[in-house]
Amino acid sequence: MIPRWKGLTLANSLTIEKIDAAYGAVRVLENVSLNVNTGETVVLLGTNGNGKSTLMKCVMGIVRPRAGRIVVEIDGERHDLIGRSTEQIVDLGIALVPEGRRLFPRLSVEENLLLGAFRRKARTALRANLDFCFECFPRLAERRAQLAGSMSGGEQQMLALARALMLSPRILLIDEPSVGLAPVLVSRTIDKIKELKDQYKLTVLMAEQNFPQALRIADRGYVIVHGQIAFEGRSADELNNNELIRKFYLGL
Amino acid sequence: MRTRVFLLLLIAVAIVVFFATRWVNNDYVFFAGYTVLQFVVLSTAWNILGGYTGYVNFGSAAFFALGAYATVFLHKLYPLPIPLLIVVGGAVSGIVGLGMGYLTLRLRGAFFAIATLALAVVLQTLIVNWDYVGGSRGAYIIRPNEIALIGPYIQYLFLVMLALVVIALTVARGIERSRLGYGFATIRDDELAAEASGVPTLRLKLIATTLSGALMGMAGAPFPYYIGYLQPSSAFGLEYAVNSIAMPMIGGTTSWVGPLIGAILLGSLQQIATVTISSAVNLLIVGLLLVAFVIIAPNGIVGLVQGWIRRTK
Repeated sequence: MIPRWKGLTLANSLTIEKIDAAYGAVRVLENVSLNVNTGETVVLLGTNGNGKSTLMKCVMGIVRPRAGRIVVEIDGERHDLIGRSTEQIVDLGIALVPEGRRLFPRLSVEENLLLGAFRRKARTALRANLDFCFECFPRLAERRAQLAGSMSGGEQQMLALARALMLSPRILLIDEPSVGLAPVLVSRTIDKIKELKDQYKLTVLMAEQNFPQALRIADRGYVIVHGQIAFEGRSADELNNNELIRKFYLGL
Repeated sequence: MRTRVFLLLLIAVAIVVFFATRWVNNDYVFFAGYTVLQFVVLSTAWNILGGYTGYVNFGSAAFFALGAYATVFLHKLYPLPIPLLIVVGGAVSGIVGLGMGYLTLRLRGAFFAIATLALAVVLQTLIVNWDYVGGSRGAYIIRPNEIALIGPYIQYLFLVMLALVVIALTVARGIERSRLGYGFATIRDDELAAEASGVPTLRLKLIATTLSGALMGMAGAPFPYYIGYLQPSSAFGLEYAVNSIAMPMIGGTTSWVGPLIGAILLGSLQQIATVTISSAVNLLIVGLLLVAFVIIAPNGIVGLVQGWIRRTK
């Protein structure tokens, strides 16, 4: 029952180079570059409407960038993501936990999880991954037959995370896990992500606007303002101690 | 394997229905039964796109009429046996369904529904202006009185439609229990999440529009033989669009049973109303029932029964 990515040794990284993205005439991302190295948790910080989700969607191939490159290294092999369909990107081992959880509310918890492994490639480890998810999130095991839409927000966020893990992802993208959750649940969700990352050396890119919570698990981070990277913190301390962040985002 | 058992069971039921109807020995029962069965196929077909995938199609009449007009067209060229016409009608409507899927794949919700409505209007205009298939005057199709082995032609048509019901229900149930069905459900529940899980949403939507369209066309293909005189306003009739939406809604859209129950119930009720009151009252009944169900049982009869079972447990 060992998920494929447990005890990982090969390199998995994500490099975004100078991408531009727009919805029609509205420019959302301008010359954004960032990278996530093997086993790192990088946070993308920014308030609403600064392009965090758009960046996630660009990586997933849901939004096509106008310019720039997105390259991933999966198990030591390089792939260019631009021009690939979302299914192909998912097949490479990149999973997205969408903002606002986006579960399939009228399907059961177990069905939601099984659908996380919709791709043929992911189904090879389906049993093991399902057991793994239930082990990580015992609450979901208790509620496996319940409709996903009838669970509490925190449980739904756990399910959204677990659903992404069903893909045995090499790179996990998490878009604003704190949205719509009570503060205590936000910190519990972050704890869980931390636990997963520590135990399984997941490579994570997380977009978040809850700065204090995000900084708890960040190895590094970027602050995005109006679609541009305004500040790059090479360590959690650098983010924590930056004047501007302290002033504008942490309220210190 | 279980699909095979289901298919055999359905065929057995169909045979029983056929001989029971024959035993009544009244041609009218076949005429009325044909219409009800036709609605079973139409609403099952609608439900594949509307119920499973969540894309509401207001243009059912267009696909139905395409099947019917494919038959008229071929009939003028060279009379073919009905099963072949069904295959052709299904293919034509399936291709148009695929085309519609491509054209409307960016549209969701109400916008998709409006686009399908527009498709129906465009196709009707084309048919009205196409003289070869009768144009606005309509086209006559003289059907033979008898057919070998079975006897009266209407019994043959009834049997054909019964076979289509078996096919449609087997397809619908097959989808429901397959990966394809789960893929459809993810699109219905949350398309973005479906994409993030690696569901090829575009391909699945195209499969749904094609399958749904093809089944509607198959239901329409024998229609000219049934009605004898086909004109655009009857083939593109509002009742097909409205019924194929209302029947699954009333029966329940999440399973193959829903459209079946809805179509049998509403279809029979309309036939009874046609005889006892007037044929004009049909759509009024549909409208009233739809309003009632939306308020009392938004998940249809199937949802009502499921809720009841859950409560008694």
